[in-house]
This record gives sequence, C-alpha cells and structure tokens, in this order.
Amino acid sequence: MNPFALWVYLSTSPLMWLTATLIAWLAAARVAALSGRHPLVNPVLLAIAFVAVALKLTAIDYKTYFDGAQFVHFLLGPATVALAVPLWRNRGLVTRSLVPMLAALMVGSVVAVGSTIAIAKLFGAPFDVIASLAPKSVTAPVAMAVSERTGGLPSLTAAVVVTTGILGAMIVTPLMNRLGIRDWAARGFAVGLASHGIGTARAFLVHPVAGAFSGLAMALSAVVTPILVPIVLALWR
Amino acid sequence: MIIGITALLVCQLIGEITVRSLGLPLPGPVVGMMLLVVAIALRSALARKDAIATHGNPVAHVADALLGNLGLLFVPAGVGVVQYLDLIAANGAAIGASILGSTVLALLATVGTFRLVKRLTGDNDAEDRP
Repeated sequence: MNPFALWVYLSTSPLMWLTATLIAWLAAARVAALSGRHPLVNPVLLAIAFVAVALKLTAIDYKTYFDGAQFVHFLLGPATVALAVPLWRNRGLVTRSLVPMLAALMVGSVVAVGSTIAIAKLFGAPFDVIASLAPKSVTAPVAMAVSERTGGLPSLTAAVVVTTGILGAMIVTPLMNRLGIRDWAARGFAVGLASHGIGTARAFLVHPVAGAFSGLAMALSAVVTPILVPIVLALWR
Repeated sequence: MIIGITALLVCQLIGEITVRSLGLPLPGPVVGMMLLVVAIALRSALARKDAIATHGNPVAHVADALLGNLGLLFVPAGVGVVQYLDLIAANGAAIGASILGSTVLALLATVGTFRLVKRLTGDNDAEDRP
C-alpha cells in the first residue's frame, strides 16, 4: 500500500481519531500536571485545541472525527451514573447539607439564568441568541433541549455550554481562594451549578468532597433549569 | 471491570426507559444515578456493611476511573464547538459578557447562599474548617 492510500484509509477510520482523542487528552493532562494543576491551564480546553488543530491541518471534517471519538463521548452517560459513588461515600455530609444545598440550588439557578438573560439584553442580543444562552449552565443535552423548546439555536447553545463549562472550571479556584472560602462542599456545589460536568471534572481534581457536591449540583440543576428557563424568559420578554 | 461497567449501563438503561416512558424532563443518566444510589443503599442495608467500601469493588473501581478522567469525555463535544465559533463571534460582545458575567455571578450566589444557610441552620461542623 502506498503511503497516500494508507493515510486515506487511516484518516477516515474510527481507530485514528479515537486514538488521537486519547493522546490529546494524555498530553493535555501532562501539561496541566506540569503546571501544578494551575486553574488556568485547563486540560479540557487544551485537549480540544490539540484535536482542533490536528483536524484543521489534516482537513478532516467533524463527522469523520466523531465516528471515532463517539466511543469516548458515549461514556458521558455511564459517568453521570457513576456520580452515585462519590455521593454515597459522602452521604453523611450530603444529608446534613440538604437545606443549604436546596437554597443554593434555587438562588444559584435563578441568578445563573436571570443574569445571563439580563446581560445579553443589555448588549442588545436578538431573542434567539438570548434563548440560546439562557440554559448555558446546565449539562449540554438538557440545555440543547431547553434551547430548542424556547426558540433558541441548539448548536449555538452547545457551543455556549462548553465555553461556560471551561470558563467556570478556570475561574472557580482563584475566585474561591480570593474569597477565602474553604468549604469544599460549598465550592463544589457552586461550580457544578454554574459549569455542569466540565466544572465537576475540575472539582474532582481539586477535592473528592468538592467533586461529589459538584456532581450533585449538576444533576439537581438539570432538574430545575428546564422548568426555570421558560418562566424567566417569559418574564423578561 | 465488566461487572462495574454493566452495573452502570443497566442503571442508565433503566433510567432512559423510565424517563422516556413517563415523559420526564430529565436526562436518563440522572435517573440512573439516583437508581445506583438506591441500589448501593439497599445492598448495604442487606449486608449490614458499606456495599462499595471493600477494596477492589467493581462498581467503585469503574466509577473512580471514569470520574478521574471526566474531562476527557467532554473533548469530542468540545471539538464540535470549534465549528460554531463564527456563530459566537457574530454576537461576540453580548455572548462573551453574558457568559463571563453570569458565570461569576452564579458562582458567587451559589456559594454565598450555601454558606449563609449553613450558618443559619447552625450546622458548621469541623469538616469544613480549614
């Protein structure tokens, strides 16, 4: 087989892009570890950048890439189920924190949705953009469904959700440190609510209790946000 | 390992079936997560000990492996976002300000409420102290 034919075969096979995704992640994780897990050196952002550059250079389209990467993407479901394990391990603290958690869930969700809409309006964004932004703090599949139902653009929502996740994961550690908050449960809960799974990934790196509460916040806001967004959007119209 | 993966997938599957047949506005895996907590609690109650605390428990093992590399699982979807960067750029200022401002506000409101209510309800145990 000549090298060109081999490349054509490999570059369109799932093996190539599944492997590339894993290598990009390992490289990104290594860079993040070398930086001492600096909050601004976010491994998710780095790995996305590595893969995006590779796709650009090889002129491979996203569909071909996803044929391989889907095996990793699929694990998001089982990983969400797996959040039961840290939840169970911290059940004592979770049960004792029930009241603060529910209060923070309500206030945090209203602020997340309300401030998103308010700021976008202030900048004169059209309604479809506002509706696309409103559910941005919740996990992608839920946010896209909410966006579609309220007149947003689901693909824009997906982009905004991932951006929000990475941004929250990058700012939570410096922000909380500056405020002097060392309550891992409260810190984790805040990042899970504001930045869903990508925030939760960061929380697990920082502290297991933060990870458990972040996962819980992500799950709870997936329940509350679909009810909340249409109400707040209607109030602001 | 296979036992652990199967346990997670069975919970997710039951979650998806529940959500779709009842028309719940919830992701199936979230219901699956609740099911797994209940399953661990039931097994622990029956065995009169923590069902996943034993060393090498397959469910705990797979869960820790997945959650320890949670960021990896967002990479394929994240790469897709790069296609829509022009969509973001078209409304750049509004979207940028809205994402940044509301993420900071949501973090502050959530952590502030959590701490305040915790203090008001008088539960400020040693675990949270530095």
